[in-house]
Amino acid sequence: MRYSVFSLVANALGGHRGWPRAWRDPQPKPHYDVVIVGGGGHGLATAYYLAKEHGIRNVAVIEKGWLGGGNTGRNTTIVRSNYMIPGNTMFYERSLRLWEQLSHDLNYNVMFSQRGQYNLCHSPASLDAARLRGNIMRANGIDAELLDRAEVMRRLPYLDYSPNARFPIIGALFQGRAGTARHDAVAWGYARGADMNGVDIIQQCEVTGFLREGGRIVGVETTRGPIRAGKVGLAVAGHTGHLAAKAGLTLPIETHVLQAFVSEPLKPMIDTVISFAAAHFYISQSDKGGLVLGGDIDGYNSYAQRGGLPMMEHTLASGKALIPALSRLRVLRQWAGVMDMSMDGSPFICKSPIDGLYINGGWCYGGFKATPASGWCFAWTLAKDEPHEDNARFTLDRFRRGVMIDEKGAGPTPNAH
Amino acid sequence: MLRINCPVCGLRDESEFSYGGDATVMRPAHDETSADVWHDYVFLRDNPRGPHREYWHHVQGCRQWLVVERDTLTHRIGGAVLACDGEEAR
Repeated sequence: MRYSVFSLVANALGGHRGWPRAWRDPQPKPHYDVVIVGGGGHGLATAYYLAKEHGIRNVAVIEKGWLGGGNTGRNTTIVRSNYMIPGNTMFYERSLRLWEQLSHDLNYNVMFSQRGQYNLCHSPASLDAARLRGNIMRANGIDAELLDRAEVMRRLPYLDYSPNARFPIIGALFQGRAGTARHDAVAWGYARGADMNGVDIIQQCEVTGFLREGGRIVGVETTRGPIRAGKVGLAVAGHTGHLAAKAGLTLPIETHVLQAFVSEPLKPMIDTVISFAAAHFYISQSDKGGLVLGGDIDGYNSYAQRGGLPMMEHTLASGKALIPALSRLRVLRQWAGVMDMSMDGSPFICKSPIDGLYINGGWCYGGFKATPASGWCFAWTLAKDEPHEDNARFTLDRFRRGVMIDEKGAGPTPNAH
Repeated sequence: MLRINCPVCGLRDESEFSYGGDATVMRPAHDETSADVWHDYVFLRDNPRGPHREYWHHVQGCRQWLVVERDTLTHRIGGAVLACDGEEAR
């Protein structure tokens, strides 16, 4: 059913007993045109755009747990498009433009809030780098503003500007169209939209292997039996390497664990998103009042969806160094997700070397903001067997060809991206 | 907190160590000229979900490089040996 003010009023008068399920819970069929492995934002968005943009509706999304139970529900909900390396810039801007229309497009409120995002600068060199980044963004039609220290002090008065500050704040690169979105709603909205277009969403169904004929992959083995498919797309975030290994592929990916934290609820304090570049710390405030914050990955390979205390201490210390007022705040919740850290910090949306298998992965820290464009470009690649211009550089062979997309310039060190 | 049993210093906290990645990746010989071999060495990882042999540098202890066996799914740590023991460590 379409949600509207009329459906809301009608169901309010009916005591909210008349709402139907938002999506079906079908049995898997023996064959689909396309099977997407992974029922997170990226997989569901891919299925939605396959049906909506390309008319491919005989599609299944297979999820081993529950929808959005992986990294879609484990991130810090930040959305931005401040990338400067060709290949990334316009991809993330496509994503931001899709975000701006997403609630209307899906008829589902993803609570996208364009509250802006500040990347703080702490040295003349970092301010120069921010100026370069901002100029590249503006040359590509993306909004960016370089702010000096006085303007940052006026806008964010609660940061530490004292002589004792761990890193002096001398300016910031601000993107006003950046912001946050409600991450669960993104998974649910795409699931509902895909389902309304005929996509089967199959939860509690783990892929255990691949069906092969000749050299080609023609389906998946699952805990609910084999499912044949014309094409199989992987959108499994931190498990990309694990599943690709079942197909016999070794990828330029390491899986690492990243934590996030929510404080006890506060009155409105931080009305934007702040990234503390020197310590790699980022913070915003949720609509419920909790401060949502995160930092670095723990730094060692991990598929465990939980992090350790050293990184928790480091992240909270970074927060206090930036905002001294946090010192007596208590952490309410902490969790972790497993990231597919690629060797240059940029993703893959491409055909794999095996016919019939397509890969969407390598999202590192940045998967949530990419969700709409990732699904849009992966659907394009699956439907047309060739990449869209915006994901043409996200290939697996870019390392072999020497055209890495290394936004941070950190080299092939996944735990440094 | 991971705790690693350093063969030199005994059981120490993770925070004394620095991680060095997959210890099963072998550097090709210096006279290797195949781009594929170097590509695989620099960029590809088995990335196992389970037992993993990995380097840890006891940077705030004895400063020795260790090869540690750790499970990437459970974080359970098995043995640790000195990396300089070379092939015996593997």
